[in-house]
Amino acid sequence: MTDLVQIIVSGTAIGAIYALCALGFTLLWQASGTINFAQGEFVMVPAFVMLFFLHTAGLPLWLAFLLTCLVAMLLLGYTFKRALVDPLIRHGVIPLVIATLGLSIGVKQLVKAGVTAQAMPFDSPFPDGLLALGGLKVSYADMGTLLLAGLIVVGLQLFLNRTITGRAMQAVAQNTDAAKVLGINVQRMVLYTFLINAILAVVAALLVTPTYLAKFDMGESIGLKAFYAAIIGGFNQTRGALLGGVLVGVLENLVGAYVSPAYKEGVALMLFLIVIIFRPEGLLGKSEERKV
Amino acid sequence: MMKLKWMYAGLIGLGIAGVSLAQQGPVTIIGLVELSGTGATAGTNFNNGVKLAVKEINAAGGILGRKIEYTSMDTQSAPQTAKALAQKAVDQSAYVVMGPVFSGSFIVSMAETKRAEIPNFTGGEAANITQQGNPYVFRTSFTQSTAMPKLARYIKDTVKAKSVAMIWVNNDFGKGGRDSMTKALEAQGIKVAADISTDPGQVDFSAAALKAKQSNADALFVYTNEEESARALRELKKQGYDKPIIGETTLTGQKVIELAGDAANGAVAHVGLTVDAPQPQIKVFDEKFQKEYNYKSDHNGMKGYSGMYVVKAITEKVGKFDGKAFAKAMHGATIRVKDSPGVLLDVHFDDNGDLDRESFLVKVVGGKQVVTATLPPVQPIQ
Repeated sequence: MTDLVQIIVSGTAIGAIYALCALGFTLLWQASGTINFAQGEFVMVPAFVMLFFLHTAGLPLWLAFLLTCLVAMLLLGYTFKRALVDPLIRHGVIPLVIATLGLSIGVKQLVKAGVTAQAMPFDSPFPDGLLALGGLKVSYADMGTLLLAGLIVVGLQLFLNRTITGRAMQAVAQNTDAAKVLGINVQRMVLYTFLINAILAVVAALLVTPTYLAKFDMGESIGLKAFYAAIIGGFNQTRGALLGGVLVGVLENLVGAYVSPAYKEGVALMLFLIVIIFRPEGLLGKSEERKV
Repeated sequence: MMKLKWMYAGLIGLGIAGVSLAQQGPVTIIGLVELSGTGATAGTNFNNGVKLAVKEINAAGGILGRKIEYTSMDTQSAPQTAKALAQKAVDQSAYVVMGPVFSGSFIVSMAETKRAEIPNFTGGEAANITQQGNPYVFRTSFTQSTAMPKLARYIKDTVKAKSVAMIWVNNDFGKGGRDSMTKALEAQGIKVAADISTDPGQVDFSAAALKAKQSNADALFVYTNEEESARALRELKKQGYDKPIIGETTLTGQKVIELAGDAANGAVAHVGLTVDAPQPQIKVFDEKFQKEYNYKSDHNGMKGYSGMYVVKAITEKVGKFDGKAFAKAMHGATIRVKDSPGVLLDVHFDDNGDLDRESFLVKVVGGKQVVTATLPPVQPIQ
């Protein structure tokens, strides 16, 4: 029994990281109709930026994290929106999807050629060791991941639901034209969404890189799983992204422990296929009608 | 008519001079190495080792008076790319090809060099590389069928484990190691409590570590490539795994220690080559490598370096640049450190291209490899 609980806690921790990335997918989709297939690379880049601040600039982790958030907001938020999304979005989703796929490859090659092709170590922000709760032993890293990811998610939900800016962002997500009529600065709200996505990516990088190691292709797996998680939970629901992420993380661990680790990597894909066939709008998603 | 004769004579003269210049010009050696992808750590180190040896050999006048022109090509850790590049190396009339390091890539690419009768050195350990009757294949490290029995004996006699869980990577290297180790453990009467396969380039080892813990085996054998080894060690530490963790060369490689940090402490491995070995010529290599690249070489750097010096020693023995004669001379060759210090350890090659030499048992203590025992060659080197 303790094994099972441990597996679920550990799965929820990794699922929480998937959820952070999946949240980025859903936020961008809702606010601007953008599907960002470079989301995994949006996690990889902050990992290397943080390493630069940590090792080259010799800054403490908290400061490196904050500075990385600023760099990410500028690069992965503002610049991404202005240089890629704004010029392409008027041509529809497909050109943008292709452009982000290209961006994903380009960024990987840039880091590979310009920084290093080898993996680099990244220290965990949490202490080593296990927390004993009765017979249950949970690592501080898993507990810390859960707490930090949970804090970010709760904070984001509070921001979206309890602040004027957050509500304005939701209004833009629900109906852009109506939001414009109400006098909401749509472009600014959309920009805020991109900036939030950049911060989520930095948090995901902080949590996942100690396990994955900093490498130019580290975003491939997390980007794909976050995309599956977003679809599974419902692409048009932020709560769906959370559910999808945690579901993928926990099921992966259960399959890995009780079936075989060899099948673990296929779990997200299987779940994705089942959801697409039987509930294409996702577990918590809402059907959207579109004119053809 | 007379003019025409002089012209012919001139052309023939130029031709002879050209051939003679080509024979005196640099000799082409090509490296097919993993400079990106999952094998980047192994390939980069191997390549750096070769480059250092080439630099030294050229500075000392080259081989038989000819300088070496070494070019490395990135296989991207992909067998199909390795095969295409092997063909390119053949087209460029390489005298010797170094690499790939990854067994899976080498098994695919070696057909090209064999067809062109070009000697091909590998850093791969998969047992089946040298079991295919290719006379142009030579190792720079032990074959798994030599290394695993040594390790199984250690697990039985020193660790006194009765059961072992195995985490291995599902590629040619990992499958070969897993098969050899299973056989070696069976021979020692040790039970395999869990057989856990993982993917090449896998980033999340939580399930594999959980499965190993659940098996309750007396020890864990980890046989994956460098980056995956580091990730596995980190995850095992995170989950509080407290049984002995044992592996082969890749588990305690320098890069693994760097990537895994504290999580590498306590890991034990049988290694063919280590810069922490007590031999003076290895200390010299360690210093030179660090001076050149500002980091400590792992076993792959030593493989590339010593492999290049094997090329030099055998070519000088043959007395000419002839791939066929080189391959013939390699079979049954013994190269001693006193004659060629660059080979780092006395080494003997058998008829399959497998090598035999001393090896080491190491333990990671305080982030450093510590040699706990020097194991003799399987057959005493005469």
